[in-house]
Amino acid sequence: MVAGRLFPHADIFKWMSYGNDGKHPGCDNSYFGRREFSFTLDNDIYLRFQSFNSASELENAIKEKCPFKIDIGPVYSVDPAKRHAYAQGGDNNVFSPVERELIFDIDISDYDDVRYCCSGADVCLQCWPLMTAAIKVIDTALRDDFGFSHILWVYSGRRGVHCWVCDGKARRLTNEQRGAVADYFRVYKGNENSNKKVSLPGPVLHPFLARSYTDILRELFEEKLLSSQQIFSTEERYEKILSMIPDESVTSELRGKWQENRRSSNDINVSRWELLKHMLQSGKNKAQGLRRCVEEIVFAFTYPRLDMEVSKHMNHLLKAPFCVHPKTGRVCIPIDPQNCDEFDPTTVPTLSEVSMYMADDYLLICVTSCSGELLQELNTGCLRADVGNGMLI
Amino acid sequence: MSHDALSISCMTCRARESSFPAIFLVWRADIYKNLIGKKNSSIIVAELAPHTDGEEMEIVRPHRARTNHHNDAVSTLPLYRSAPSLEVRLEDFELFAMDRLRVLKGISDGLSRGKKPEEMEKLVKDLWKANMGHQDASEVVNKDIISHFVLRLVYCRTEDLRKWFLSMETALFRHRFGRERSDAQRALMAEFDLPCKPVSSAEFENLKEKLSQVARSIIGQQTPTADSIYYKVPFEEVPELVAGRRVFIHKGYAYVAMNQVVSLVVTQFRSNLSKALILTNRFSFKIFTSIMFRLSALVFLISFLYALSEVMHDFVLVLCATKCIIANTNIYKLSSVVAFAYRKWTSTIREQEKDRLTPIVEALCTSYLGPDYSRPKEFGEISINDLDQLAESSFPLCMRHLFVKLREDHHLKHGGRMQLGLFLKGVGLKLEDALAFWKAEFSQKVGAERFDKEYAYSIRHNYGREGKRTDYTPYSCQKIISSTPGVGDHHGCPYRHFSEENLRAAIGRMGVGGRAIEDVMDKVRNRHYQLACTLTFEAVHGSSCDAGINHPNQYLNDSQKILQAKVNAAL
Ligand SMILES: [Zn+2]
Repeated sequence: MVAGRLFPHADIFKWMSYGNDGKHPGCDNSYFGRREFSFTLDNDIYLRFQSFNSASELENAIKEKCPFKIDIGPVYSVDPAKRHAYAQGGDNNVFSPVERELIFDIDISDYDDVRYCCSGADVCLQCWPLMTAAIKVIDTALRDDFGFSHILWVYSGRRGVHCWVCDGKARRLTNEQRGAVADYFRVYKGNENSNKKVSLPGPVLHPFLARSYTDILRELFEEKLLSSQQIFSTEERYEKILSMIPDESVTSELRGKWQENRRSSNDINVSRWELLKHMLQSGKNKAQGLRRCVEEIVFAFTYPRLDMEVSKHMNHLLKAPFCVHPKTGRVCIPIDPQNCDEFDPTTVPTLSEVSMYMADDYLLICVTSCSGELLQELNTGCLRADVGNGMLI
Repeated sequence: MSHDALSISCMTCRARESSFPAIFLVWRADIYKNLIGKKNSSIIVAELAPHTDGEEMEIVRPHRARTNHHNDAVSTLPLYRSAPSLEVRLEDFELFAMDRLRVLKGISDGLSRGKKPEEMEKLVKDLWKANMGHQDASEVVNKDIISHFVLRLVYCRTEDLRKWFLSMETALFRHRFGRERSDAQRALMAEFDLPCKPVSSAEFENLKEKLSQVARSIIGQQTPTADSIYYKVPFEEVPELVAGRRVFIHKGYAYVAMNQVVSLVVTQFRSNLSKALILTNRFSFKIFTSIMFRLSALVFLISFLYALSEVMHDFVLVLCATKCIIANTNIYKLSSVVAFAYRKWTSTIREQEKDRLTPIVEALCTSYLGPDYSRPKEFGEISINDLDQLAESSFPLCMRHLFVKLREDHHLKHGGRMQLGLFLKGVGLKLEDALAFWKAEFSQKVGAERFDKEYAYSIRHNYGREGKRTDYTPYSCQKIISSTPGVGDHHGCPYRHFSEENLRAAIGRMGVGGRAIEDVMDKVRNRHYQLACTLTFEAVHGSSCDAGINHPNQYLNDSQKILQAKVNAAL
């Protein structure tokens, strides 16, 4: 019921066919039918390896089974619904993923150690800029560095964003190549059990990191998070930052100075940060290791935290865009990376709101304007206005 | 040849088919000595590789094509693109393969101990010299090529074997390529059809600043000058340079410096070999039978017969073959038994079973990859109630940590669930118990409903009850050490992934202190993670572990053996 009425079957079919829709010469008619869909039903039943040969088959299955969650998997070498029949042939390699969008999953709950306003699945306007920055950093790199252009960003409906890179080249990347792209984005070397979370070795930053720092992350940290998250306001909070500086003489000097001027007419977070920068970047501490600490702190607080496993493997499932999140009722609507600052997760329409406006099918709005370049349209065209208005009409 | 060895193989192939090849190897060594040693049988290396129609005509011998006396810069490093028509005696067939395996196994050990690149450089050089060296350079080339193609046939058979062989051969190739002179390197590059083009000087001028920024971001990389050679390559061709951010990437192209070219060549080598392995696997049945019929050598007949009888679970055939061998029956009589078995086999289960056919080949793998921990063997099944006690007494640190975290947080992320879940499967936890165990913890955090919906599937999947229905194997130390735990993850090898402070505390909680803890930390600093784990084992148990720790399940088994012995002694 939840997904059924709203799910844009025709668009998903058109999108996921990538031109293999039977209307073009030389197209592969089996293409869409080899894509895995999986349904989570109301009564906790999880149906994997569903496949459909047409938009109407997809529509009928959704209407019949009424899943409240729809996940999308890879395109396999053979129809996934018939995988057992192929496995009988004795060759286990017959059934394997052959194409899959390059996907990224960023979850706000992974930022719990650097946000003090919410935790877990909760998100507010104080911490959402972390997601916005993640979109900007990754989107810029995907376009400028990797040369991709068909990129869809979607609000996951609750606590983060998903990214679908749909260029042909992206869909055909091997697991190893996906891993390489994911690792290109990786700056977190430690895990829960090691102190040092961000490590930026080398005398200068790689152009990608340098660009992310100067264009996006530094501003986010200094202009927004410093005050909104009160990063230096208590001893517990600033001790966390001091633990990222390996030189004890510097940390004890900083600690002393911070404790001296507790009362400052300016924002204490700003003044403490300025003092830290001043000490690390000038005079006797100009030595490489400590200078880099300033950048490492900013990265630790702002740099995108990707779920690496999702991006590295072709056969990872990801929630379909345009679904309704089963818990929040919010619609997984696209986010325009050009205007992601304007996106407000707290005003994303919920199912009940959408139904109010559903004269026909609200997604018709998208459908009508998505003739050729479906994805780009979704990204930049129709939905920009919608998101700007805060509602889907 | 002892009668006992044979009867063991008959008894065990009935009970545990996976144990068959290892025993078969022992038995086969005798055959070699007694029967084959006198016979001068040989095969052609080209027979070991699959042929497509087009390739059949090609008689390319990479080493000979390049062994040109006019140019002493040429390399003897083969690219193994096609199998040459070299003749190899049957004894050498296995000897050469074993020697190469020693090199690959040495590389694998070095990598899992986290050796530094310079240490690896020396290790590979020494391994190669010790196992593959010969005064006569052409002998080295022949042995190199023959052993490579034999091992291809051995290691093409399962996904795991292919992966291992691919990594080790690639590592070997990387080091050998790196040692070549730059003109030889360029000659090798020319042999690969590499998708790269040199960066023009105009483009170089435009990008100079970025290229130099990248060069300076890597320790030890020279900054580019006007005559630096750069190649422009689609980024997906150089995944490891991309992963390490060691290249400038712009609009889908990576800009690769001349001294990074090795990565490009290695990727190409890897991809060629990967394709060849899959092709070899598809044709391995054909290859095997063609060798067998051409040779009609006893050893192949017998191994083929054993393979067949195992596949068919036909013990009469085994007994029949055993009798033939004991009575030193002539080859013709044995051939007729084989022919009978072959006909019977082709008519029944040929399609399904063809890829399990080559025990000669599996014997080689098993003897080198260590025992199979996917099925609990020595201690049978275990109940949930014993787990806490077992974790306390016999889990290695990596599993203890996951276990404790699970009990504390009632949750583990994917990597942790896999690492601990498969380990417990290897320990002998049955599927039903595993589900109950994970549910008891997870439901406290996410609720029973969500557990059933989101997590139960992956546990059944580990036990081969969902998805591809593969029976997944517990992770080895090598796999755990090379994993990359991220934020919120608890899996991985504590000796590698913990900070020194956390590691000390964790080892302390296992009751290890004083001198022992310093010895462990010393190994950790030198990145000998498995040795660190071995020392911890020895300190905890108060007895030595000469074999070293290679697998968490081995840790547990060895620990249980020691504890059991102590109990018995006390009685
Ligand atoms: Zn918040």
